[in-house]
Amino acid sequence: MNIRLITSFGFSVLRLSTPLIFAALSAAVCQKAGLFNMAAESMMLWGALIGVIVSGATHSALIGFLAAVLAGAVTGVLIWVATVKGKADLMLAQIAINLASSGGTIFLLFALTGEKSNSAVAIKSLALPKIAIPGLKSVPVIGPILSGHNILTYGAIVAAILLSIFIRRTKTGLHIRAVGENPHAAESVGISVPRIYLLAWTLSGILGGIGGAFMSMGYLTSFTKDMVAGRGYIGLSASSMVGGSPIGAMFCALIFGVADAVSNQLQLTNAPADLVLMLPYIVTIVVLVVISVINYNRANRKAKA
Amino acid sequence: MEALKMENITKIYPNGFVANKGITFSVQQGEIHALVGENGAGKTTLMKVLFGMEQPQEGAIYVNEKKVKISSPLEAIELGVGMVHQHFMLLPSMTVAQNVTLGMEPRKNGLVDTQKAVQITQEMSDKYRFGLDATARVGDLSVGLMQKVEILKALIRGAKVLILDEPTAVLTPQETRELFEQLKLLRTEGHSVIFISHKLEEVMELCDNVTVLRHGYCNGTHPISELDAAGISRLMVGRDVVLKIEKEDPKPGKPILEVRNLTRTNAEGKKTLNDVSFTIHEGEVLGIAGVEGNGQSDLSDSISGMVSYDSGTVKLNGKDLKGMKIVDIRSAGMSVIPEDRMTVGCVNDLSVQDNAIADRFDKKENMNGIFLDKKKAKSITDALIKEFEISCDSQDEAIRFLSGGNIQKVVVAREFTSGANFVVANQPTRGVDVGTAEMIRKYLVRQTREKGIGSLLISADLNEILEVSDRLLVMRQGRIVAAFPKANVVDVDELGEYMLGIRTMTAQEMEGVL
Ligand SMILES: Nc1ncnc2c1ncn2[C@@H]1O[C@H](COP(=O)(O)OP(=O)(O)O)[C@@H](O)[C@H]1O
Repeated sequence: MNIRLITSFGFSVLRLSTPLIFAALSAAVCQKAGLFNMAAESMMLWGALIGVIVSGATHSALIGFLAAVLAGAVTGVLIWVATVKGKADLMLAQIAINLASSGGTIFLLFALTGEKSNSAVAIKSLALPKIAIPGLKSVPVIGPILSGHNILTYGAIVAAILLSIFIRRTKTGLHIRAVGENPHAAESVGISVPRIYLLAWTLSGILGGIGGAFMSMGYLTSFTKDMVAGRGYIGLSASSMVGGSPIGAMFCALIFGVADAVSNQLQLTNAPADLVLMLPYIVTIVVLVVISVINYNRANRKAKA
Repeated sequence: MEALKMENITKIYPNGFVANKGITFSVQQGEIHALVGENGAGKTTLMKVLFGMEQPQEGAIYVNEKKVKISSPLEAIELGVGMVHQHFMLLPSMTVAQNVTLGMEPRKNGLVDTQKAVQITQEMSDKYRFGLDATARVGDLSVGLMQKVEILKALIRGAKVLILDEPTAVLTPQETRELFEQLKLLRTEGHSVIFISHKLEEVMELCDNVTVLRHGYCNGTHPISELDAAGISRLMVGRDVVLKIEKEDPKPGKPILEVRNLTRTNAEGKKTLNDVSFTIHEGEVLGIAGVEGNGQSDLSDSISGMVSYDSGTVKLNGKDLKGMKIVDIRSAGMSVIPEDRMTVGCVNDLSVQDNAIADRFDKKENMNGIFLDKKKAKSITDALIKEFEISCDSQDEAIRFLSGGNIQKVVVAREFTSGANFVVANQPTRGVDVGTAEMIRKYLVRQTREKGIGSLLISADLNEILEVSDRLLVMRQGRIVAAFPKANVVDVDELGEYMLGIRTMTAQEMEGVL
């Protein structure tokens, strides 16, 4: 394999991992609060669509991005309203929202543009900028892999670090973990559990919304039907594997990014396309099984000791 | 000075049960005050009222001689009342310092000041000689130390009155001694402690005054110096209304259930059954009395096959039950009225019919090929509803809509008609109305006398255990500590002394009665 192939593979791993990292962080916030977030999928989908529409309408990538973030947050808050205020079952509410979002995004696109599957022709949307890192850019191999990504790729890494500090070191982060571990204990010292849930869902929605913005304003520059394609669930798996640790979730998401990139490369060969497309999901299952076997053994050893 | 006074407290639960009736009780500053009473006497309810978890229908609370209204635990904490629950409210993955300062974390530059949190926690722990390491993870601590974390949590929030609900139940003797030293230190510092316990020797050793509750009433507050353990026991244990059940003497036949040297260690490593042996014969009810939590539940679960045990044998109709599946144990002749009817006794969301025939729907005679014979199921259930006077709108109604008494009747109906010749009845009348309770007791006696089945009755209700049982055993700390050949002539005060650990029978005294 020549150098160019390696660097382009490395570059695509980072690019493909970006939405997975945001999805994983979105799930991680919820997991720390003891909530199971299956709806990152919806948060991203709305983020992707609203980002395209608003950036197209305002001719500002920044405003489009902010609108995408807001759309994600609103999706999160909606789940909170349904489950905490409306006492709906968490799983059912999220399944409902996922189904409604898949149809709802298309409906909105159709209502605005008359298109049913792709916004590319109808909306001239903008992309978020790519950033070349001076200095790093010219380092051989590493430079071309790490430099020149969409701003949100770097944003994903920064978000993971910030989220990690937030969860571990701030008062609110501590309260989120307390609620996640034992809501009664948290309540008994005056922490409001519903408020923490609201915060977790909002943050989760924001992260999902950013992930969505990357999909339609970075990865691609248009919205297509169901473009999130299960990335929300892969993020959820990544977060579950590491117990909701943001940094761990980021690395897990990178592993899935590698699988995604391999699958992309193989599509260029004449390997059976359907099988190749399954690869990232198969990797998810395999890694999940391996991790739970490891955890099970560790728990067993601990119980014996 | 009076740190706390509860005056004329009456608490009626929504279901109409009066758990506290006009209770008045006060605690001085700098005293350790015992609150004792049998299970169900109303101690926990009274403390929940004090801690703002339940609202009383009548009565007033004074803190430092000022009348206060406490409508939530947070308000109680504000007023300087702290509670250490039996089930800890801790976060195992976090450190001692994080647990102690949760909700009131010191901060620096917007982040939690971990160092400061550790420092104040460590200082407090050292001051009261709790021996905690503020940086240790709570999940790695022993139960005794976790309890210290809970106490520290209350103290750091400024608790002057500390409620401890059966704190020694989870402790080793060594840890108990340590706790007592620390509580005495708190007393000298001017704190007041309310100590709930069943263990009279502990009350005698530690406390200054004792308030006795009995059946929801207050049976007075007494200085410990004026009482001995037997005196407290007499105040605690008693029958306000003596219930009588007419029955002739049993004519025991051949042995049905033989329990030999049964020993069990639970998941926490505590020996809950310690070398328990007894035999139950055809046509008799063997009663087991004891303060709850002394191994009765494990005994019933071990016999019925719900849990496994370390050693010993359980034989039913001559068959060793070890390792058998529950279905097979049942077909060997066992039926069970479990302690917790809502989780073990029935399936809440299933209909009365489904619950009533849960043990027999798969019998050949009730099947129509591979399907359930619906007509048969209905007629079986109808017969049970009639015989046991179960009131329900229809047998297709989900059982959870029935009253507690009627749910229990469904369980009892199923278990008494299963064709078994042995029944374990664990707290069969708890929480059911008086009429149903009487019916269940009479049914139990009638079944044993007329059908010749053997019964094991476990109950915390003294009236019930003394009147329904033929022979009576007393369990304490997993052992049989007393055995009486004739339950309805046993003196209640004497029984109380065995239950509460003041007296123990020797093997010779119990010989022939086990
Ligand atoms: N939430 C409730 N609703 C109805 N009855 C209750 C409730 N809580 C407790 N009780 C009843 O009140 C009585 C007193 O209970 P409790 O205060 O727990 O007694 P103790 O702590 O002395 O064992 C018991 O008979 C119990 O069944």
